[in-house]
Amino acid sequence: MFNHNVFSGEKLAALSPRYRFLTFWRLVPFIAAALVLAPVAVVVSSLLAPAGDIWRHLLETTLPDLLVNTFWLAAGVISGTAVIGIGLAWFISVYEFPGRRFFAWALLLPMAMPAYVTAFVALGLFDFTGPVQTALRAWLDSDLSWFPDIRGRAGVILVMTLAFYPYVYLLAKNAFLSQGKRSLEVAQSLGLNKIQGFFKVALPMARPWIAGGLMLVLMETLADFGTVAVFNYNTFTTAIYKAWFSMFSLQAASQLASLLIIIVFVVIVLEQQFRSRMRYAESKRSARGQRITLSGWRGGLVSGFMFSVLFLAFLLPVLQLSYWAVDSLTHDYDFSRYLDFLWRSLSLSGMAALLICTLVTAMVYAARRYPNAATRNAVRVATIGYALPGAVLAIGVYLPLTWLDAQLSELALNWFQIDTGQILQGTLIAMLVAYIIRFMAVSHYPIDSAMQRITPSIDEAAMSLSVHGWAMIKKVHVPILKPGIFTAAALVFVDVMKEMPITLMTRPFGWDTLAVRIYEMTSEGQWEQAAFPAVTLVLAGLIPIFLLMRQTEK
Amino acid sequence: MGNVLLQLNHVHQAYGSQAVIQDLSLTLQQGQIGCLLGPSGCGKTTALRCIAGFEPVSDGEILLNGVCVSNPKVLVPPERRRIGMVFQDYALFPHLDVAANIGFGLHQLTKNEREQRVEELLHVVHLATVAKKYPHELSGGQQQRVALARALAPKPELLLLDEPFSNLDVSLRERLSMEVREILKHQKITAILVTHDQAEAFAIADEIGVMSHGAMQQWDTAFNLYHRPANRFVADFIGQGAFITGKVRNSRQIEIELGVIDGEIPFRCAAGDIVEVLLRPDDIIHDDASPLQAIIISKTFRGAEILYTLRLAGGAWILALVPSHHNHQVGEKIGIRLETHHLVVFPQPIL
Repeated sequence: MFNHNVFSGEKLAALSPRYRFLTFWRLVPFIAAALVLAPVAVVVSSLLAPAGDIWRHLLETTLPDLLVNTFWLAAGVISGTAVIGIGLAWFISVYEFPGRRFFAWALLLPMAMPAYVTAFVALGLFDFTGPVQTALRAWLDSDLSWFPDIRGRAGVILVMTLAFYPYVYLLAKNAFLSQGKRSLEVAQSLGLNKIQGFFKVALPMARPWIAGGLMLVLMETLADFGTVAVFNYNTFTTAIYKAWFSMFSLQAASQLASLLIIIVFVVIVLEQQFRSRMRYAESKRSARGQRITLSGWRGGLVSGFMFSVLFLAFLLPVLQLSYWAVDSLTHDYDFSRYLDFLWRSLSLSGMAALLICTLVTAMVYAARRYPNAATRNAVRVATIGYALPGAVLAIGVYLPLTWLDAQLSELALNWFQIDTGQILQGTLIAMLVAYIIRFMAVSHYPIDSAMQRITPSIDEAAMSLSVHGWAMIKKVHVPILKPGIFTAAALVFVDVMKEMPITLMTRPFGWDTLAVRIYEMTSEGQWEQAAFPAVTLVLAGLIPIFLLMRQTEK
Repeated sequence: MGNVLLQLNHVHQAYGSQAVIQDLSLTLQQGQIGCLLGPSGCGKTTALRCIAGFEPVSDGEILLNGVCVSNPKVLVPPERRRIGMVFQDYALFPHLDVAANIGFGLHQLTKNEREQRVEELLHVVHLATVAKKYPHELSGGQQQRVALARALAPKPELLLLDEPFSNLDVSLRERLSMEVREILKHQKITAILVTHDQAEAFAIADEIGVMSHGAMQQWDTAFNLYHRPANRFVADFIGQGAFITGKVRNSRQIEIELGVIDGEIPFRCAAGDIVEVLLRPDDIIHDDASPLQAIIISKTFRGAEILYTLRLAGGAWILALVPSHHNHQVGEKIGIRLETHHLVVFPQPIL
């Protein structure tokens, strides 16, 4: 269609030898896609390898449990986030009530809380020995046998719902803001009341967005390791970890990983479906009319609902964490060890952000220069890595790396008679590769939208003004791309800092980060010791939220 | 004057097997404003991009100041052609303010000279008050003028404008196209404009080329395009009118239902041959005293005039432009008479 408007790389390379290096460029998206597909192939192919007794053993012991646990967890979190996320989004976008403007952004704050942090705070607060039950026992003079056990299935579901509802809230809010009020007016003009209008018109119209948000929630739930580990709630990710590090059976771990990846694959297909529907259903943001004012007890009720979600998901955990953190500081906290963890977290995140942003910028450039179907598909594949659970990626990257290591050391032994031992294991390579695969998607969106601003005619305008080649990249492309790359780097940086399973499973000796420290302390029930690292992560997690808010305000 | 600045000789351009431009030739004198006019997909934008150096030519040659810049073997890159370009989407640099956008192409000048030139252009395009604003803060018309100033800044030999007014609303379009013509003429700029809007072409250009299917149909003045179209396509595309069959009486006279028209017949024919005559709405005069009558089929009120579609007794349809106070009803019969100054006639198409 508009093919002839695009000044493609082929043509550039044909025009002038100056641009010949560009022909290499076109491979970058395919390399990135291969990077994502390789661990998936490794893990799935383990299904085909003869596994001997492992399957029978798994079936007799953990597998039925895992499936049941995963099913109920997924069902529970999906329903929970749907009710809370849609409810909040609806009232925020259509009604006016006390504190609406504050809640509109404050309800995103829980995104800064890693789910495993909310999890251990909840345990610390509501467990039998926690302050809530202790206080209640003293006050009511009862043994509190009726008090629900926070460690059960309901507890995990509640914690994950509080941690993940912002995905649904954010997407549903987008949908409702662009069409909510109008769809309600249409419904009312056709004789429905507000409640009927919500269920019969507004909700069905927002379905692609809501479903997209729910699929993200489902991915996070399936990928989660930290939360379920704190609760001792067995799912695939914890089972993979145990098979590897307690039973030392990489084979069993990879069998479990292959099952999980099949489930995830179904979710990916569904998500892509909803996403394309979202694109087609996208309507122009209609002029926002007057909001419906809720005053008196109705307004108070809605404000109260919003506040209790915010309180449980953010304020309460932050207060408790701060209390623990301050408390631990006064009990001669080992600050130099904390600085070690912090330094490793920061340097790992920095490395990952640098690598990922470089790779993704190169990929986006290539996609712009070579706008063909194959390249587009490669980019799509390269950006589904965020759906792959960290535990699966750890296995998928670790297995080929050990194989490669064995080959290398054999080669060294045969050819040079040198016993190298392990070369690649014990380095950061496995961890960084896994980070790249998982977080390329995170950086793709901001960099790609910045690249969209450099239309083909902008290049041509520069060329017609005698600015070309590197000068054009320096004077035009870099300044336009810079904000996007910066945002992308910030997002990746924070995500890597919070990442737990990949870091835990593939880190070389001595590379304990803040997240690893939190895992180790919480698995021993030492909440206070985990508090200070957790506060650090929450503060870092606020950065992307502020970036997001600045972006939506524009 | 009289200096040929741009010359296209039998230029062809193709994407794969699909020809986009076929045998395109034109000549533009220094200081003239040319225009490529045609329906979308006629290859006019591609022709412009060939001149700019963004597209190679597959045959023929393009000469700038007598020097070949494009032929199948040579392609001087755009940045060395001294050609300025105004893009359809303006393509302003979003990270630079108005002054910096205009000064972008002035990297050869010293800082002082650059500031002076930018200052000068800001005045030329009446944008001195928004020099420090960014493109997204400007209206469409202002963005358009920034794009023009940016292209003019390095004093290009030739300025190319690709549908420069298509993103503006109609009322602004007319005002701005006259303004642009004034600026170009005042700065003695040679320019080529691409558009699908003939009003715009007439308003701004000295010479207009009508293109269709990648080929030049006629390269001429607006007056000649309207009154002496070279072929049926141009006759159809430019202005309004209706074709009516006529019979050749002799080499200088054609008889049609409304009477006899005098004029040169530009092709070989014999008395008694059937031909097609183009009648413009201004060739038909409303005259109550005329014995010739036609039935009003439909009417369009245009303010000063009413455009009537009429059916003659023989069944042929014609258009008539009548002063607005002659207000008649559809179905009414009105008297008309013929008053042609230019005979436009084509052989009857072979069916």
